[in-house]
Amino acid sequence: MGMTQAEKILARASGRETVTAGEFVVGEIDLALLHDIFAAGVFDMLVDVGVDDVFDPGKTVVVVDHLVPAPSAEAAAIHQRIRDHVARLGIESFYDSGQGICHQLLPENGHIRPGALVVGTDSHTTTYGALGAGGTGIGTSDMVYALATGRLWFRVPETIRFVFSGELQPSVTWKDVILYLAGRFGADAAQYKAMEFGGDGASRADMSSRLTVSNMAVEMGAKFGLFAADEVTDAYLLDHGGVGCDPFGPDDDAVYEAVHEISLADLAPQIAMPSEVDNVSPVGDAAGLAINQAFLGSCTNGRIEDLRAAAEVLEGRHIAPGVRLLVVPASRSVMKEAMDTGVLATLVDAGASVLAPGCGPCFGGHGGLMGPGERCIGTHNRNFIGRMGSAEAEIFLASPATVAASALMGVIADPREVEVKDA
Amino acid sequence: MPDETMVGRVWKFDNDISTDVLSPGQYAVAPLEVRKLHVLESVNPSFAQECQPGDIVISGTNFGCGSSRETAPENLKAVGVACVVAESLARIFMRNAVAVGLPVIVCVGVHDAFEDGHEIEVDLATGRVRNVTTGVELQGDSLPEEMRGILAAGGILEVLRAQGGRGT
Repeated sequence: MGMTQAEKILARASGRETVTAGEFVVGEIDLALLHDIFAAGVFDMLVDVGVDDVFDPGKTVVVVDHLVPAPSAEAAAIHQRIRDHVARLGIESFYDSGQGICHQLLPENGHIRPGALVVGTDSHTTTYGALGAGGTGIGTSDMVYALATGRLWFRVPETIRFVFSGELQPSVTWKDVILYLAGRFGADAAQYKAMEFGGDGASRADMSSRLTVSNMAVEMGAKFGLFAADEVTDAYLLDHGGVGCDPFGPDDDAVYEAVHEISLADLAPQIAMPSEVDNVSPVGDAAGLAINQAFLGSCTNGRIEDLRAAAEVLEGRHIAPGVRLLVVPASRSVMKEAMDTGVLATLVDAGASVLAPGCGPCFGGHGGLMGPGERCIGTHNRNFIGRMGSAEAEIFLASPATVAASALMGVIADPREVEVKDA
Repeated sequence: MPDETMVGRVWKFDNDISTDVLSPGQYAVAPLEVRKLHVLESVNPSFAQECQPGDIVISGTNFGCGSSRETAPENLKAVGVACVVAESLARIFMRNAVAVGLPVIVCVGVHDAFEDGHEIEVDLATGRVRNVTTGVELQGDSLPEEMRGILAAGGILEVLRAQGGRGT
């Protein structure tokens, strides 16, 4: 009997020939990621349990991305503690304030390998499934255990496979696809399970799109959101870190809990309405609602492809009066490329405020929070109550093109309508 | 192994209670004494103040969805919650609850079977849930032995301490 991609990852990590969904295994950790919300606390806890090193400083990556630039003296002090711990523990892969969001930096710098078991103190660690890796979020106590021992317990998940066929229509993106899946199947459809994204449609998706989809797999409850590693993965890895990869994916005779066929050509731009990620409709259903803020960024959609898509909508135009457009490139290298290619100038000319790479507004930390009664449309991944400041603010989630079109019109808008007006 | 059955007063919540509701982002790095006071405040402003040690939270589906912040189960534990019984639990929340020593179980039908203030009896080992007030009994998912072992130790850090800070 064949194995799913998740089973293959956990079998290798636990030194077994095969594993089956439902089993508990102890897996060897290939990479552990910590970011600045939790890193100092985790390292303090490690000291508290009497452990003065980490299992492998070369397999530990620390990123300062949530509280950047430090919004308070307390945040700055947390960063100081992190720097002290990182130096003490000999961790080389340390991305300090301003370099970008962890889920952008790790793929960008070649840390993620197909088949690897990656744990992070962040739910969006599922992002690494885009490269065929078993990335999953854990909490701080589990991270302390993982750093001390190099291992962690896992339940081998059942897998739901999504098979994509056909081509997306113009102005429809893989952000729309993952929102559609959340809406159709529900925010807990993949609870404690793995999702696999396959079929011809998935193999045509570029890496930026795959990162968006795997990133949001956790919004359906998934433990992993996996694409097979293929030529697209190989080319990306050669560009980012310089070491390509062999194909890696599920066996043809793997056993799935369910298999769903999705026709990409049938999809329209989608929008998640307040206050659940699975409250999804075609964007037309929300069209015309006035917005106060538009947010282009996050680990979901802050890459160069996303900024470019927004710039294409906003080229030579200006956002509506009374709308704030926040642009947060996912990393410094994304920002640099956006500068070098004129994308950033287009966005600034259109009225955007550009913020330093980081997570600030997306997790409700700082730098673009909402007041009561305000409405935001963003490219990020969560629209929960209170996610961006006031519990009385409303958050809508959509693609970069839809967010740009909405900023332009001052109301939620279908990007296809905006383009039609131009023609 | 400590007693795996418990009886407590019910606080009832609906579907999709997220980690942003359990541990709002603005207080992400605030000390426990501060941040616990904001647990669930956007859906029930008096909960944190009025929750008593031993009270039990009942919820609909996807409880604890969202981020990996362990402060979510930690806040619940800190205001006295003895157990969460949900129609379904978000994966990382469930993992984190076990890691910090907060018992959680899944029990389909629990949301309809309870109201605020009812008394509930929960057995982690068998998954049996009983409404003491109405007499209704439900069969939930028993918690796997691996997780109950961590809970019995008082959380995964206690497991680690018992192992002398290293793997077994």
